[in-house]
Amino acid sequence: MTEGAIELELRGITKQYPGVLANDAISMTVRSGEIHAIVGENGAGKSTLMSILFGLVAPDDGEILVRGERVQFKSALDAIASGLGMVHQAFQLFPTMTVADNVVYGHEPRRGWFIDRASSVRQVGDLAKSYGLGIDPSARIEHLRVGALQRVEILKALYRDARVLILDEPTAVLTPQERDGLFEVLRRLRADGRTILFITHKLNEVMAISDRVTVLRRGRVVHEVATSDTSPAELSIAMTGRSVDTSRRRAEHAVGASLLEVSHLRVDDADGIRRVDDVSLTVHEGEIVGVAGVTGSGQAELIEAIMGLRPVTDGTITLQGEDVVHLDLRGRRDAGLAYVPEDRHRVGSAALASTSQNLFMAYQWQRRFQRRGWLNRRAVERHARELIDTYDIKVAGPDQKVAELSGGNLQKVVVARELAHDAPVLIAEQPTRGVDVGASEFIHGQLVAHRDAGRGVLLVSAELWEILALSTTIFVMFDGRLVAQLDPHETDDVEIGLYMTGANEQQRVHT
Amino acid sequence: MFDRLFDSALLLSVVRATIPILLAAMGGLICERAGVFQISLEGTMLVGAFTAVSMSYVSGNAYVGVLCGMAAGVATSSLLAVGHVSRKGDPIVIGIAINLLAVGLTGFLLPQFFDLRGVFRDPAIVGLSTYALPGLSRIPVIGSALFQLTLPGYCAFLLVPLIWVLLFRTPVGLRLRGVGENAPAAQTRGVPVTTYQYAAVLISGALAGLAGAQLALGNVVQFSENMSAGRGWIAVVAVLLGQAHPLGVLAAAMLFGLAEGLGFRLQGNGLAVQITDALPWVVTLIALFIARKRFIRLLDLTGRAA
Repeated sequence: MTEGAIELELRGITKQYPGVLANDAISMTVRSGEIHAIVGENGAGKSTLMSILFGLVAPDDGEILVRGERVQFKSALDAIASGLGMVHQAFQLFPTMTVADNVVYGHEPRRGWFIDRASSVRQVGDLAKSYGLGIDPSARIEHLRVGALQRVEILKALYRDARVLILDEPTAVLTPQERDGLFEVLRRLRADGRTILFITHKLNEVMAISDRVTVLRRGRVVHEVATSDTSPAELSIAMTGRSVDTSRRRAEHAVGASLLEVSHLRVDDADGIRRVDDVSLTVHEGEIVGVAGVTGSGQAELIEAIMGLRPVTDGTITLQGEDVVHLDLRGRRDAGLAYVPEDRHRVGSAALASTSQNLFMAYQWQRRFQRRGWLNRRAVERHARELIDTYDIKVAGPDQKVAELSGGNLQKVVVARELAHDAPVLIAEQPTRGVDVGASEFIHGQLVAHRDAGRGVLLVSAELWEILALSTTIFVMFDGRLVAQLDPHETDDVEIGLYMTGANEQQRVHT
Repeated sequence: MFDRLFDSALLLSVVRATIPILLAAMGGLICERAGVFQISLEGTMLVGAFTAVSMSYVSGNAYVGVLCGMAAGVATSSLLAVGHVSRKGDPIVIGIAINLLAVGLTGFLLPQFFDLRGVFRDPAIVGLSTYALPGLSRIPVIGSALFQLTLPGYCAFLLVPLIWVLLFRTPVGLRLRGVGENAPAAQTRGVPVTTYQYAAVLISGALAGLAGAQLALGNVVQFSENMSAGRGWIAVVAVLLGQAHPLGVLAAAMLFGLAEGLGFRLQGNGLAVQITDALPWVVTLIALFIARKRFIRLLDLTGRAA
């Protein structure tokens, strides 16, 4: 490895989409054997740039040089042939096939007319071992956990002998332990002389793993610096163009009467499998209760049971002293629950309906939206305009379809709708997933304001920093149970991570 | 009663009923694996039957008829290939259109070509001969049923292991399955998705055409309007019930063959023809009910969220 040799160079890459200049004359240099982070808010142009680099999108202008040679990628195949490999955010795998078949797919070792299975299993196994990937080549993809799937994607690139590995938000789906494992793998790859492009918006990861950082904002390179010469604060200002308050906003606060009480809740799914096992928790006035956990640990089922979307097997749910288990979704909303669901596209909004319709959906029976039994369109529109204003939602107007909104703005629509009615308890499920820093800061502010107004929030998130920054009490959910109750002042992401993966277990938590 | 119900004659009629369903279902299986929902087997089969009979009549050679039937099947299925694979049309709408077109077209061409309606039967139509496998065909009970078949008949049963090997042991099969499971992922590995899907659809056309030829030159020697009589639909169900696995589809096709053969036999025993004709469909309904979860998953796989 020659220190400092240029592996990859972009010159003036420009891509115009209707109404958006996604990449505006981007030039950057990536050196051989470095881990190069590319950071930026959602919509800063990271994804477009990577799609261009991997041959998925053709740039309008500009050129790409790989090891000094000008290349023109007509498809991902050309990029792969030039020694690039990409690990997408959404894995590109074949679920019913084995790891080995997935890795060799398209370039299978052969024996006569047949696939040489023994050789492919051996090759893939050797490759996995030499980089410490810990993957069984004979395992079926559908049986693997998310972290393992990501390592299969890395194996795919290595099998094609990728010299440059592009990872798109690789840690979004990982536990802290899996993330550390990934970083270890990346360091080994670097030691092997390979180059890594690491796309993220998590600055702590940038600081932890990268050698150099390029910051994108609104389609432009605004900063390029050696990681050792910068700080998270500097990068954050470069990303957003302003200073972002990432300090913890856990103002000390008087906790009032109990609002939502869940007691010994059990939820079995349609197949009789216990998804929520003996969960008890209480949300008080002026409190944000955070539930941390790896996705799929039963949080979704817990929330659905509280909202009335899923039958309760056993246990009680009371809201301000009133038993709500027998109520349906609408009854529970009337009783004082508001809900920001995890999936804003399919559950939280109706994509083809207008912004104004989405902003009053689920509250359409309220008298203020009616006139003689008919919808009062004027009231609906006035309501929408107020919320668009208050929440600074960037839309062309109340009639714009929400399908056309960006992720952050759509999430603001959902949050605005749910908070507009001052419901005593808000249930927020992954409220800032895939939302850019600005919008996510705004939404956090709204949750805190809700709390400060003496109401309660039940926050479910896979993002530990979010749980740590907002919660007054933290529960950790693992395998359907609450395995720990922690004070945010006295814990950190390492400890929570251990509980999340079942490595640690307190005694059963009851409140 | 059972000893009178189950004998070598019944086995023969079961095998004969199974063959066309199996041929068409093997085509459907390949499409399913390639991620194309193929429901035009019924119409393709009918076109194949009509063409095979016509060309056998004209040429005086059954195999000219078979080959022309397969070619007609390929031509018919190219509508699905162009309409769905290239132009991204809905495969169900296109499939139903092909099925309706086939009934209308063959019904229209029959009087145009041969100046008759309903049934076309003529000594000049040469049927397919059967070939006894030396030795094996002398095995009591099963010998004459299993080892005295037409060439398409042997072909149907040989396809089961052949397709199994193709799918699960060769690079082409691996790629085909990948195309069906996750087309974008296959594309980024340099596998030409469109080519694979075209090949799968056209092969299914050839096999459905062959199924039609067997039906009209092997099982009987005549063409009658709408003579496929739902066998193509049953083949679709066999693909789903057999979970698009060659052995599963073989078992499913034989189940439907058994229902048809039994129906035929019970009819001989004096049961009302309406009831015996309904037997394969009753089995179909039960099969669909049993396999409904899998059915939904497969529809999902081919992009038809249920």
